[in-house]
Amino acid sequence: MTAASAPPLVRAENLGRIFDVSSPWLTRMLENLPRQFVVAVADMSFEIARNETLALVGESGSGKSTVAKMVVGLVPPTTGEVFIDAMPMHGRRRAAERRRLRRRIQMVFQDPYASLNPRWRAFDIVAEPIRAFQLAASRPEIAARVGELLRLVGLDSADGGKYPHQFSGGQRQRIAIARALASEPAFVVCDEPTSALDVSVQAQILNLMRDLQDRFGLTFLFISHNLAVVRHMAHRIGVMYLGRLVEIAAADALFRAPRHPYTRMLLDAVPDLDMSGRQRKPVEGEVPNPVDPPKGCSFHPRCPFANARCRSELPPLLAARAAGAVAPTGLVACHAVEEGRI
Amino acid sequence: MTQPVLSVRNLRVEFPTRRARLVAIDDVSFDILPGEVLGMVGESGAGKSVTGTAIIGLIEPPGRIAGGEIFLSGKRIDKLPPAAMRRIRGKRIGMVFQDPLTSLDPLYRIGEQLTETIATHTDLRGAALRERAIALLSEVGIPAPEHRFDNYPHQFSGGMRQRVVLALALAADPELVIADEPTTALDVSVQAQIIELMKRLARRHRAAILLITHDMGVIAEAADRVAVMYAGRIVEIGPVRDVVSAPLHPYTRGLMGSIPKLDGALDRLVQIPGSMPRLTAIPSGCPFHPRCPRVFAPCPIHRPELRPQAKAQVACWLYHPAPSAQSEKPATLRGGSP
Repeated sequence: MTAASAPPLVRAENLGRIFDVSSPWLTRMLENLPRQFVVAVADMSFEIARNETLALVGESGSGKSTVAKMVVGLVPPTTGEVFIDAMPMHGRRRAAERRRLRRRIQMVFQDPYASLNPRWRAFDIVAEPIRAFQLAASRPEIAARVGELLRLVGLDSADGGKYPHQFSGGQRQRIAIARALASEPAFVVCDEPTSALDVSVQAQILNLMRDLQDRFGLTFLFISHNLAVVRHMAHRIGVMYLGRLVEIAAADALFRAPRHPYTRMLLDAVPDLDMSGRQRKPVEGEVPNPVDPPKGCSFHPRCPFANARCRSELPPLLAARAAGAVAPTGLVACHAVEEGRI
Repeated sequence: MTQPVLSVRNLRVEFPTRRARLVAIDDVSFDILPGEVLGMVGESGAGKSVTGTAIIGLIEPPGRIAGGEIFLSGKRIDKLPPAAMRRIRGKRIGMVFQDPLTSLDPLYRIGEQLTETIATHTDLRGAALRERAIALLSEVGIPAPEHRFDNYPHQFSGGMRQRVVLALALAADPELVIADEPTTALDVSVQAQIIELMKRLARRHRAAILLITHDMGVIAEAADRVAVMYAGRIVEIGPVRDVVSAPLHPYTRGLMGSIPKLDGALDRLVQIPGSMPRLTAIPSGCPFHPRCPRVFAPCPIHRPELRPQAKAQVACWLYHPAPSAQSEKPATLRGGSP
């Protein structure tokens, strides 16, 4: 799927974000507390080719949603930059240029109960990007376009007259997708688009997103905590832990031969539906508090392969190959993998 | 024959509204044996949580148990006065809910909450009480329990809080634990730990567990038997291995097919068209028939009952001889909208 020659549609370079979580000034002065910062995302670099789906997985607090927000421009990065079609996202530029850039990026949020304005009809929700970007000249033209979009996501054009509360969760997420497609974007960021939905509805939405990708050549950044969903949707997968990418590889390589101990642990923790009686390694510990992350590799307190170097030195992302493979299959940030210990 | 810890017979729960009487649970029957984990799975609106709430007698009025019987170790409990039911809750039936943060009181130390629960249901007092509480904390895997005893809930992580809730549920050595989505708010790695812990505790205390969840994966890992619910009814019940690997009911098949698999290549997921019916408009006959890919003549008219098929029980006309159109019994339209 990845055409090596074509330039990537999306490129993130050393993306980082620090949040100030200090107590209020007066409390700090009275109780003599220091300022506190959370490094939500550090040193993230990745590319997404046209028509490709890159998924980011990780547990809560891993920074995956912050990455999504920086990529669409909702949160400015502290360091680094996102390029869409080689155009910097956050740099200073003229309003018209930023508008053109914004039109090509859309987002689908997790909770379809919160992301749609309850006082707007579905028609107006879907029509808003068309009006905002002046993509249609007249009212009948807008109406025709909205009807077409609603049918595209499996709703009826007559549904446009209803309010969000008259739809089920799955139907609301369809409206959110129709709205995202209204501005004819090239790149859609989906932040946990199905985690608020029932499995049978999730299947409908995932199938719909795949169909739409094929039909319009969309590029997806797909954020999820659910490994099976990611396996189903993504061409490449990045695994995040405490704000850093610990492994990134093609989806089948990652699931066939996970390299990083954290990736292995995540895969081991997925419930076994095939009832194969697969022996599972008990998972140890929980994600540490990101205010005070461990030194060195942040995974070392939970890692069965950690040694002195892991406790002191941050491992860089290096090319690694799966067992038996000749060419590197992905990037891994692990001293044990680099030293050949695992 | 061991006596079941919990026995539910023909349970029916109704919520009267101005326009109609909504039937949330319709003719549900099942047993749980000592030390057994019964998984109850279904999508939102299937009635799984209402079943749990009915068993502990906490259906909110005007909702009410409109029919059927609930037995705890052979004694009927659905008609008990509130005071007697209060003595059973917490002592003989332990409860674990989805969100550990709302099950714990943020203003009290963990130790206080635990000792209060133990003191309410046992004769332990003073040092023995504290000792028992610390033993429970260590049993559910809280490191350094003597030290953590005096912490507040906010000082615990999500997984650790759910462990404390488990300790609270087990404080009085209950016969039955009702766990309603106990792992849904947790990360996958922590979820696996809590499932392991629940299984171990059920075995050690010989407690029966009713595990309510929407997640087939959790059921496959933790349950011995599974009941699949749809529109307030059990459509299939049987050993977890059989139901997961060879589902019989078309709904269970659709449900299993719609779950993305880890080894799955990039192919399409099975789709069940439509969505769960609202309680105001439950279809006649088999409630699944408008969405069913294998619907045929009797489905919209006659309601199928649960009957044995292979090692499971299934309510579907595909497996049982259907009554012919004008046969001896008229269509039973229980629970349908008028």
